[in-house]
Amino acid sequence: MGGAGMKIAVLQFPGSNCDQDAFQLFGGGLGLPTRYVWHKDTSLGETDLVVVPGGFSYGDYLRCGAIARFSPIMRAVQAYADRGGLVFGICNGFQILCEAGLLPGALIRNASLEFRCLTCALRVEDSTPSFNPRVLGPVIHIPIAHGEGNYRIDEAGRARLEANRQVLLRYVDNPNGALADIAGVRNERGNVFGMMPHPERAAERFHPSQDGLAVARAVLATRFPGLLRQTA
Amino acid sequence: MKINVFVTPKKNVLDPQGAAVGHALESLGFPALRSARVGKLIELDVGADDTAEFRAQLDRVCRDLLSNPVIEDYRYEIPKS
Repeated sequence: MGGAGMKIAVLQFPGSNCDQDAFQLFGGGLGLPTRYVWHKDTSLGETDLVVVPGGFSYGDYLRCGAIARFSPIMRAVQAYADRGGLVFGICNGFQILCEAGLLPGALIRNASLEFRCLTCALRVEDSTPSFNPRVLGPVIHIPIAHGEGNYRIDEAGRARLEANRQVLLRYVDNPNGALADIAGVRNERGNVFGMMPHPERAAERFHPSQDGLAVARAVLATRFPGLLRQTA
Repeated sequence: MKINVFVTPKKNVLDPQGAAVGHALESLGFPALRSARVGKLIELDVGADDTAEFRAQLDRVCRDLLSNPVIEDYRYEIPKS
């Protein structure tokens, strides 16, 4: 499987603001058929990857992602993930997936209380056959832009994350106080991915790096391993 | 029926907002501060009776929506009117 013709669905909530960038990453950068799915829709249609983009869904009221988690479309995303479908949450999308219980842990206010917006060096962990330093290189550079990216999980949860190699990325220089420098995780089954850094802001020539393209490919290659050979 | 739901950061979870408020209190000369934690008060006005079934529903929404059990605790008060 080369992965040609993989279909991508990008969710849109009121307050999403990285949806168009995510669309451009998959539709433009990777050249895959990509479409938007509105939060009030109840079905995802035919898709090989659901992207939950960044932004401030529902104004981040109550907690980041807390309201979006109960959107009609999230019931379909839950069922899709339960069937083993690929889901990728970025920034606010990561927060939504944690709130929905599709990913372990939670994201709280940055330790500095500041909104941090900068390009971060990220250490790639050996997590899956497609998401590891051999595929992505030991360190990649991707921008962050968030006020609540401070990853938290209890000790038992942290131990499970480490034992199952569920940590995808760690900050080289921790910008937000995240536990164990965690910048991104996957679920135990390996079909749901989430990260605070923005790969869709590291894809074009005018971006600070193009490492986001490889990250998007690594997520897709979970289901379509041929994608890696194609681009190697 | 009025219900006050209090949502607070778990004791063992870092509370950056509480820490910042604590620093501000110290800078105002507030004496002998040991800690400051910041949570939320959610005021509900509900046209239902206070039954066991209602309490079960209230606990469910407190767990699922009003608080995130990974990082927060909740409790509620139903003031006698």
